[in-house]
Amino acid sequence: MIPAPFEYVRVHSVREAISLLQQHGSRAKLLAGGHSLLPLMKLRLSQPELLIDLGPVDELRGIREENGALVIGALTTHDEVATSPLVRERVPLLADCAAQIGDVQVRNRGTFGGNLAHADPAADYPAAVLALEAQMEVEGPAGRRTIPASQWFVDLLTTALGPDEVLCRVRVPVQAKGQGWSYTKLPHPASGYSLLGVACLVTVDGGVCREARVAVTGVGPKAVRLAKVEAALTGKRLDEAAVAEASKLAGDGLEATDDLYASAEYKRHLAVVYTRRGLLRALERAAG
Amino acid sequence: MAVTQVFGARVRRREDPRLIRGTAMYTDDVVLPGLCYAAFVRSPHAHARIRHIDVSRARSTPGVLGVFTAQDLEGRVNPIPCGWQVPNCDLKIPPHPALARDKVRHVGDAVAVVVAETRAQAYDAASLVEVDYEVLPAVVDMQQALGSATLVHEDVPNNRVLLWSVKGGDFEAAAREPGVRVIRQRLVNQRLIPNAMEARAAVAQYNPGTGELTLWVTSQNPHIARVILSGVLKFPEHKLRVIAPEVGGGFGSKIPVYPEEAVVAHLAVRLARPVKWAETRRENYLSTIHGRDHLTEAEMAVRPDGTVVGLRVRTLANFGAYLSTAAPAIPTILYGLILSGPYRIPNIECEVTGVFTNTTPTDAYRGAGRPEATYVLERMMDLAARELGMDPAEIRRRNLIPREQFPATVATGITYDSGDYARALDRALQILEYPKVRGEQAAARQQGRYLGVGLSTYVEICGAGPSKVVGSTGFAGGLWESAVVRFSPTGKVTVFTGTSPHGQGEETTFAQIVAQELGVSLDDVEVLHGDTDSILMGWGTYGSRTTAVGGTAVYLAAQKVKEKAQRIAAHQLEVSVDDLVFEAGRFHVRGAPDRGMTIQEVALQAYLAWNLPEGMEPGLEGQANWDPSNFVFPFGTHACVVEVDPETGQVKLLRYVAVDDCGRVINPLIVDGQVHGGIVQGIAQALWEFARYDEAGNLLTGSMAEYAVPKAAWLPRFECDRTETPTPVNPLGVKGVGETGTIAATPCVVNAVLDALSPFGIRHVDMPLLPERVWRGIQQAKGGAA
Repeated sequence: MIPAPFEYVRVHSVREAISLLQQHGSRAKLLAGGHSLLPLMKLRLSQPELLIDLGPVDELRGIREENGALVIGALTTHDEVATSPLVRERVPLLADCAAQIGDVQVRNRGTFGGNLAHADPAADYPAAVLALEAQMEVEGPAGRRTIPASQWFVDLLTTALGPDEVLCRVRVPVQAKGQGWSYTKLPHPASGYSLLGVACLVTVDGGVCREARVAVTGVGPKAVRLAKVEAALTGKRLDEAAVAEASKLAGDGLEATDDLYASAEYKRHLAVVYTRRGLLRALERAAG
Repeated sequence: MAVTQVFGARVRRREDPRLIRGTAMYTDDVVLPGLCYAAFVRSPHAHARIRHIDVSRARSTPGVLGVFTAQDLEGRVNPIPCGWQVPNCDLKIPPHPALARDKVRHVGDAVAVVVAETRAQAYDAASLVEVDYEVLPAVVDMQQALGSATLVHEDVPNNRVLLWSVKGGDFEAAAREPGVRVIRQRLVNQRLIPNAMEARAAVAQYNPGTGELTLWVTSQNPHIARVILSGVLKFPEHKLRVIAPEVGGGFGSKIPVYPEEAVVAHLAVRLARPVKWAETRRENYLSTIHGRDHLTEAEMAVRPDGTVVGLRVRTLANFGAYLSTAAPAIPTILYGLILSGPYRIPNIECEVTGVFTNTTPTDAYRGAGRPEATYVLERMMDLAARELGMDPAEIRRRNLIPREQFPATVATGITYDSGDYARALDRALQILEYPKVRGEQAAARQQGRYLGVGLSTYVEICGAGPSKVVGSTGFAGGLWESAVVRFSPTGKVTVFTGTSPHGQGEETTFAQIVAQELGVSLDDVEVLHGDTDSILMGWGTYGSRTTAVGGTAVYLAAQKVKEKAQRIAAHQLEVSVDDLVFEAGRFHVRGAPDRGMTIQEVALQAYLAWNLPEGMEPGLEGQANWDPSNFVFPFGTHACVVEVDPETGQVKLLRYVAVDDCGRVINPLIVDGQVHGGIVQGIAQALWEFARYDEAGNLLTGSMAEYAVPKAAWLPRFECDRTETPTPVNPLGVKGVGETGTIAATPCVVNAVLDALSPFGIRHVDMPLLPERVWRGIQQAKGGAA
């Protein structure tokens, strides 16, 4: 509960942060909202020698619409994502997901970018950004690059972000009119993280599913898309029976880990139930 | 003018503004010149021999003033004693050294302490103390511990702490009666972590000039801490002052005297510097006591008409690695003696086996023994009702002790003071609209929805207590209370109490008692507590005793003030004492209301002492010590409605009704608050909370990220009501209400969930009723794979 000693520096630009990362390598850690990093440091599970506080970096803030996508700065707090009229209007799935993170205090401090860069296997956003096919914009010594969500989550607490790169912005395609969506989770009773969270984004045309994207978080070492469920839905006339049938595939081959509150077996079962319920909710919204 | 009726009024808690605004002063807020900080080095192993401790690196770290191990404390800090040595149970009391000597016995056991100029330096240096451990096998599971070759304490065979029993009547004979059925169930009452909002802390200051040692400590009972610490430190008691400043919750976890407190006090003397220690939440989870942790085999013998004729209970109780201060009493006399609950059960047998394991010690946690007993009894009542096809309300009503039988002596030998149990049951069913709810439940089942209704009728023993009786149970003290009520010359009143409230609101309720008795304004009454220098003696705040015992002492002290004031007034008004009437804070001559003196005017005269009755001492204060003749026995009925999602096993609490009877009510607002908090903790045990160790003795639920403290958003609005049956035990007619919610709520919720699951044929699921457990229960009942 008392962290090991560390140096602390506030930076005012992404470039400055990158140069410090180059200089200090794995001994340094970027600090955004601190809601994942600081608890680990207090338990001395993480002992960075240098904390680079991105707080003053204005270029990492803000939400704007650009070419059919929302560009959301990495330092945007969960609360800003949840309550921004732009996000609620254009990407309601993401807003709803953000609103279900932790509690008010957590949402006021924790950041979108920090959460994605930490890649906690039980975080909520990963399911949403996978379903939304968001793009991560990162900057490093070699310049900028864009990493699709599908390639971002590599493993437990591991992303495709390079050691001297900074996640700057996330480009989230706006939801099309008529797309149905939902994010449903079973919260961990202690931490509020997801024991399981399912994001659904369904495009329906005349009762027929044109495209279905379903992503699940909390179950295994990283969030994943449920390709079998998606395939089983696509091209089908969607009614309750079809959804139930497709949802049965949610647990198929799904990598799941045991934890104190839910065994792997139970999580696979929940994946089926929550996928079905999430899809039905999405269908209601698509129709409405 | 004085308030006319403040006893019974919904007065807002005077404690709250300072607590809400952050201006309250807790132990960790105490800052003294030259203050330095202690950090403890704790064992990462559940069971290990200490081969060697190398403190050299830590000692040479910047800011470090000293590093100390058990060797350094030899002859200076005695082992921590056990304060409740229950007789006739073969109690084993192995030494509990302040710092582990040869062995560590649980993860978190303290092996060394570092003192440094800053808290961070102390923690950094603590991480540099190198302890060479020879890791030993750990015993974690109680059943395995009994008879294991691995001994937590070498001189305690089979790891058996105690074997305690109580027997009233003859269970076997009752069970053999023709027609009687015996219902059996194994019940787990899981280990819980108390989670007071404020963790433990201690600050000690030694004055070499006067030889006085002052200890600020997070304690529910500073006087007890003083007595024990004076022995542990071999420090003269009159030179030792213990202060419990604002204490941020205890729930029993701040009753014990802990090793860290003794060590910090010792170090302040040794270093001649004030020393502070404030535990982290992680340390709190590892080294502050845990609660509950029983494994029980219960048998209930019941006639076909629902009359319960016998109860037999065999319980294993986990004591953890050491005997904490009050631990031996919790699963024995505070558990076994209350197993009759509100029912007439002629034959009761209870046998408790206490077990040492390589886990954090257990002790009193809100309710302390009584929730465990009530859980056993109320689950068995429901199982009996189901076995007989009876309504759970009906089987309870049939067995309740009738109003006219009080005082009522039950088979375990204790005598209940007063009660009207059926009235509370009726009232709860009425508020719930029981027949209507049952109708809704039946209708919901038709639609595949699973509603459940749960009941819990309870009685608790509290208000300890008659000192002679508790002394006979091995308690190393009395349990009376003292109070002083003192007028100042300007007519203000200061009340001193030996109890030590820390959230229960007695600064408000005791002021109400005094304002009522003396006819003064509430704002003119100050209630002080928590300082061994301020009052004769006090046995602390726990076990719902503060108002029944301490409040009565306050009331009696106020009577003495009033009597003396009346004599002064009579003298100055030149009438006889009997000719005076006391009304709204003023004495006046009977039949001549204009001739009188206010009590404030009397107070001034008492201090001026110009004109007092012959031989009367100046000043105006009353002192009283109250030792009750019996415990008090609050009771009530709680009822709730839940819905279970059969697909996921999730439980949703839809309604919660609580009808409690705590005797006369001084402040309904505070009583409601106490009941609310208690219910939440009780529900939390039923549905969410559990402490879990792995086989090596690591606490898996080692932080709030893994241990599920309840959140307000998960709970429905509580529908609270009361009946009022005064106790004859004290002149105020008050019982206790700090623990009733915790006692009643746990079985109430579990019974409701099992009621919801009854269509599946599920008899029982052990707590906490996490979604997966409920889901597995359903899968098993369906004959599924799970």
